[in-house]
Amino acid sequence: MSKAKVQKSYEEINARIKAGEAVVVTAEEMVGIVRDRGPEQAAREVDVVTTGTFAPMCSSGMFFNFGQMTPTIKASHVWLNKVPAHAGLAAVDCYLGVTEPAEDDPLNKIYPGEFRYGGGHVIEDLLRGKKLLLEAKAYGTDCYAAKKMKKEVTLADLPYALLCNPRNGYQNYNCAVNLSEKAVYTYMGMLKPNCRNANYCSAGELSPLLNDPLYRTIGIGTRIFLGGATGYVTWHGTQHNPHVPRTPGGAPRKPAGTIMVQGDLKKMSHDWVRGVSILGYGNTLAVGLGIPIPILDAEMAAYTGVSDEDLFTQVVDYGYDYTNGIARNYGEVSYAQLKSGSIIVNGKEVPTAPLSSLPKARQIANILKEQISQGQFLLNRPAETLPDGR
Amino acid sequence: MYTQIYILRFPKDTSDKPFIYKLVKEYDIEFNILKADILLQREGVMILELKGSNKASVEAGLTFLKSLGVKTERLATRIRRDDDICFQCGACTGICPVGALYLRRPEMEVIFDAEKCTGCSLCVPICPVRAMELAIDRDWVLPEETMA
Ligand code: SF4
Ligand code: SF4
Repeated sequence: MSKAKVQKSYEEINARIKAGEAVVVTAEEMVGIVRDRGPEQAAREVDVVTTGTFAPMCSSGMFFNFGQMTPTIKASHVWLNKVPAHAGLAAVDCYLGVTEPAEDDPLNKIYPGEFRYGGGHVIEDLLRGKKLLLEAKAYGTDCYAAKKMKKEVTLADLPYALLCNPRNGYQNYNCAVNLSEKAVYTYMGMLKPNCRNANYCSAGELSPLLNDPLYRTIGIGTRIFLGGATGYVTWHGTQHNPHVPRTPGGAPRKPAGTIMVQGDLKKMSHDWVRGVSILGYGNTLAVGLGIPIPILDAEMAAYTGVSDEDLFTQVVDYGYDYTNGIARNYGEVSYAQLKSGSIIVNGKEVPTAPLSSLPKARQIANILKEQISQGQFLLNRPAETLPDGR
Repeated sequence: MYTQIYILRFPKDTSDKPFIYKLVKEYDIEFNILKADILLQREGVMILELKGSNKASVEAGLTFLKSLGVKTERLATRIRRDDDICFQCGACTGICPVGALYLRRPEMEVIFDAEKCTGCSLCVPICPVRAMELAIDRDWVLPEETMA
């Protein structure tokens, strides 16, 4: 006689978390559990699987309010440590983007530029408790008379600071090579000429959206680990695209889904939010992201049991194709191959290097596992799921 | 990019020549003064980090200095990693030509083997958080300083 199929609700799982009884494992640990016992049994035994990723993440920034002064000001241009912020929101509301370089940066004039300081570094410095120079210019109105302002501020001085990533958690990403005859400096790192190295940027089997490939549980309102604090998924991210070729297990073979996330910057830590300088490309931010996935049934167990052998991406040329918008690839490789240290491209062995930190991704998955096991972190049922293309 | 650190010794009569201006202007070399001890009409010592687009451009600048009677010596440098800053991404492992930065599998931890490092400094600007730094080898400098 076969046992009834497992069906768990969010409420049941949360009740087990509160009682300190939930069985929580990381997405890496889940691979072996599902392999050994099958998805049905795994779903019976495991309540939550935790994921993590820590990598440079463009489309990040900080909404902040810097408080009024006397006379009052309606800022139209704002800088933090000489990095321009976007001031066209309200009198003292701004958005600072992480790819914005400092105004006096030589950029790529001395090629490849070093991009020593940008928006991401401003955010990291705020989290390190440093004093930053805040400058503003205004045209002046009857209600906001001041025309300029200059003062030193710390994160504690800002009445409001929200980390907001309009795109995060890219579900899969290209493996980059350079088939041209000169070295190129890209957001995928330095690529040697004639395909002598390959860079990739995904945590593979630990990556959040690769463990919920069709967005059954990750949606608007999902509570997450963000930058060392608690954050939320607030929308699907920019460039979210569910319409891509997928494996039989549902995993996308190309860059696909993305999420928009936000959280209180004041609660975050500089260990998990790092300003980044990419040689010849520019500035950005590396953010730690972790998402818990409820094992509602055997299907979710099978999804989270996915291993690097079952996850694939495309090899894309950044020497010519990418910048010229040519949609072409040089074959498909698995994350197991990428992590092994070399792949075959055009019949030739090419060494690989990651840009996404696996030790940090694993640490995030373990922090979440700990918090959930101790009853400190409950799961949210999404208010809406992400567009899945169906 | 080619960066090296040099000890420059100036004979008495060169200390007032605009040599740095020429290095920048005519040889396109960037510099960082790490230590300077120059007095007019006396022999001077300076430790400079010279940075040019390639090895040949730095060498051309050095030849120019030698033509002024400046004695130049390359200073031993070493590369260190600041482990508090490194976030273990692995980007540097694809760049290091001698495998001094490598991944330990299956953990995918990034290991820095200082014994293998040749000090080429290719990893310094590649590291997205500047965890790899060029440091002067103290053992080498100190006796030189006491001599000067
Ligand atoms: S200095 Fe050169 S040899 Fe040493 S770790 Fe960096 S890239 Fe490798
Ligand atoms: S590139 Fe920098 S941060 Fe990344 S592993 Fe190497 S030293 Fe560490």
